[in-house]
Amino acid sequence: MNSLSDFMLPPAKSTLAGQTDALFNFINVTSLIFLIGITFAIIYFSWKYRRRSENDVTPVITHNNKLEITWSVIPLILVIIVFGWGFTGYMNKATPPNDSYEIRVVGKSWLWEFHYPNGYVSVGELHVPEDRPVKLVMSSTDVIHSFYIPDFRVKKDVLPNRYTSLWFEATDPGESVVFCTEYCGNAHSNMMATTIVHTQEDFQSWLETAGSADENLTPVELGEQLTTRNACTTCHSVDGSVLQGPSFQGLFGSEAPLESGETVSVDENYIRESILEPQAKIHEGFQPVMPSYAGTLDDNQINAIIEYIKTLD
Amino acid sequence: MATTEETPTRKIQVKRFKPEEYPEKHYLNQEKGLWAWLTTVDHKKIGLMYLMSVAFFFLVGGVLALLLRTELLTPARNFMTADVYNQVFTLHGAIMIFFFLIPSVPAALGNFVLPLQLGAKDVAFPRLNLASFYIYVIGALFTITAIFTGGIDTGWTFYTPYSSTTGGSVAMMTLGVFILGFSSILTGLNFIVTIHKLRSPGITWNKLPLNLWGLYATSLIQILATPVLAITLLLLTMERVLSIGIFDPALGGDPVLYQHFFWFYSHPAVYIMIVPGFGIVSEIISTFSKKVIFGYWAIALSSLAIAFIGFLVWGHHMFTAGQSSLANMVFSFLTFLVGIPTGIKIFNWLATMYKGSIDLKTPMVYILVFLFLFTIGGFTGIMLGALSVDVHLHDTYYVVAHFHYVMMGGMVMAFLGGLHYWWPKMFGKMYSEFWGKIAAGIIFVGFNMTFLPQFIMGSQGMPRRYYNYIDQFQAFHQFSTIGAYIMGVGFVIIAAYLLHSLLRGEKASSNPWGSRALEWQTSSPPDLHNFKHTPVIINGPYDYHKPMSEFQLGIATPHNGHGHHEEEGMDVAETEKEKA
Repeated sequence: MNSLSDFMLPPAKSTLAGQTDALFNFINVTSLIFLIGITFAIIYFSWKYRRRSENDVTPVITHNNKLEITWSVIPLILVIIVFGWGFTGYMNKATPPNDSYEIRVVGKSWLWEFHYPNGYVSVGELHVPEDRPVKLVMSSTDVIHSFYIPDFRVKKDVLPNRYTSLWFEATDPGESVVFCTEYCGNAHSNMMATTIVHTQEDFQSWLETAGSADENLTPVELGEQLTTRNACTTCHSVDGSVLQGPSFQGLFGSEAPLESGETVSVDENYIRESILEPQAKIHEGFQPVMPSYAGTLDDNQINAIIEYIKTLD
Repeated sequence: MATTEETPTRKIQVKRFKPEEYPEKHYLNQEKGLWAWLTTVDHKKIGLMYLMSVAFFFLVGGVLALLLRTELLTPARNFMTADVYNQVFTLHGAIMIFFFLIPSVPAALGNFVLPLQLGAKDVAFPRLNLASFYIYVIGALFTITAIFTGGIDTGWTFYTPYSSTTGGSVAMMTLGVFILGFSSILTGLNFIVTIHKLRSPGITWNKLPLNLWGLYATSLIQILATPVLAITLLLLTMERVLSIGIFDPALGGDPVLYQHFFWFYSHPAVYIMIVPGFGIVSEIISTFSKKVIFGYWAIALSSLAIAFIGFLVWGHHMFTAGQSSLANMVFSFLTFLVGIPTGIKIFNWLATMYKGSIDLKTPMVYILVFLFLFTIGGFTGIMLGALSVDVHLHDTYYVVAHFHYVMMGGMVMAFLGGLHYWWPKMFGKMYSEFWGKIAAGIIFVGFNMTFLPQFIMGSQGMPRRYYNYIDQFQAFHQFSTIGAYIMGVGFVIIAAYLLHSLLRGEKASSNPWGSRALEWQTSSPPDLHNFKHTPVIINGPYDYHKPMSEFQLGIATPHNGHGHHEEEGMDVAETEKEKA
């Protein structure tokens, strides 16, 4: 029976997973027992009491109080157990420990941004230490998203007008996928991220070097890294194919037609404006859906991205 | 219910009216021409017009589902773009729910059968009934316009602020659903009044067929919940068109408020879809087991209990939406409470089969399929009601599978059972039993192949409404898609043999199943006014231990308002009946 639940569930990689999985397993097994019983009764009755002649006489059984009370009370007891169990587990998920490590999460259509206490911002990659409670304080800049890590069994909607939070304590170093589970438009299914669980020491050293690792790169290399890290390439291809936004290939130096009917030459200033104020000049044929990167990218990083786009002829 | 106090009684003379077999004149040929159909106030014809409409929308919704499943054969783009995919899944959901599931049993089958089961000539307000049909058509036209003038990509739930900011014809679509709601409200109102006022002599509340208890409970939900949806959609339209901030935080609104409003209707709406299905199951199980229904009052009252508690569980759609833990606790608890009356029904139906005389005709096969699939739908509902587990499963394919097990495995199977059960009464024709069972088998296999893998995918974390997905889910998606094609074949077979039955089917007798229920005590197809006499009821509709003659009684006095009366069959022992 356990193997059924193991087959159905993803690997359990947080301290919260065990309790959820135990209840999942309990409901599965109990349901399966009932289902087998009911299915057996359907098949057995259909065969045993099959019609033998048109004149069959059936007994008059209108009700049976003892039987009816039994089959009402037993399920009632079972669902109350399930309710209590589920509620306890839920309260654990809803109550982060006081010493939790706090990370700010911002959901934008269609990327996840993570702000660490030291000011570093990562996009699409959530770095966390193992064996330490981590609390995510989340908000959205546009529509409703939902932050979901199947391996940790945690999920919470991310709303535009308030903060929501969830917490977990990862138990194994490694990677786990993050999904957006509240439908948010065109690239909803691409709004993913990776949770990278480090050992505590690795996490500290990652955090210290995270901001400075980029210093050794040339602007073009840095720009290339930034476009993937910040999920630019979710919507802007580098090979000319049209996704949610115009392709980067051959973009620089071209004349871009705008929704307003005017054209604009794609130079450094246009790219910079499009990163910080994406709605200002919308390229013809595309929806005004890009989130602003003001506060996410600094001048140095924007320069690097411009240098990188220049190389894509 | 019977009261002990003295009530004045009136003696009436009754005699037996044997239904005329293979009548020359019946409701299908008494009035002729397209205009007669379009302006008819006959509940049976209106029921058939609804039946054609819901069949059409089921076809459209089904084709859309197959397109979705085909796109999902591969993890990345297969043949449609993300925008098209998003529009297709929105339409699949909206069409199946608003245009098929909600009107399918009440408006189509219910319209046909409700007055017959009451022994009435029609519903209480026949013109209003026709009006509801045309309101439904107008709502449908608005929706079709919306599809061709930009489409919508919000999902059938129209969640804000996405729906108030995205492009497309959201306003037109919500207006369509808004109009549709009035059709639903008027039908519900009509049914409630009809059940209260037009019961034939002798149909006391404890002799009311369980199908009518189901429709009664459904109608109550329809008239109480639908206005909430209407006002919600109106507010959404005002926000989009006039930029009045209600739900969109950019305008000072609250997006979660929308979810509360929406689910306050849409959760009871789930019971609008399934409770009338319960009614059909009770009728068919009793008829094909030739046995008194077990626990009549338990089944009747549990429908009302479900209708009532169903209003108080909307918050279980929002366990992860950021509502308070206290709210989550209350909604979770109430959700489990709804499970109990539902479970009781399953046991009652099984107990009805016990020691019955079970005839596995096509309608009964569908009901057995219903029992199996709906039970799975119910248990997975318990899983989703458990708070900590729901946090993991919410908005994944597990929910998609659960919903389809309840709605398709439950409701659609009950609908198909009812359609096959009443088909001979509707058209006076039989269909092929052989092909009926074959199709039921194919649909059963296809259905489980489609949706069982979705439980596993969902548990593993596959989110719903995903155009692309990660490679590990591909095998499940492909299996599911093959299942969907198989199911499609099953429905094509049904369409084929039902069409064949209409054109060349063997003539049906008035009561091919040997049922005791009142709708079978008139000709197949019935007269334009249902009965040529005023039926008188002395037994319950499931009293298979009483002779058939006792179920064919009518008022014997000449001037019963129907004009003509045949002089035959005075072989009734009981010639008088008390009527309160």
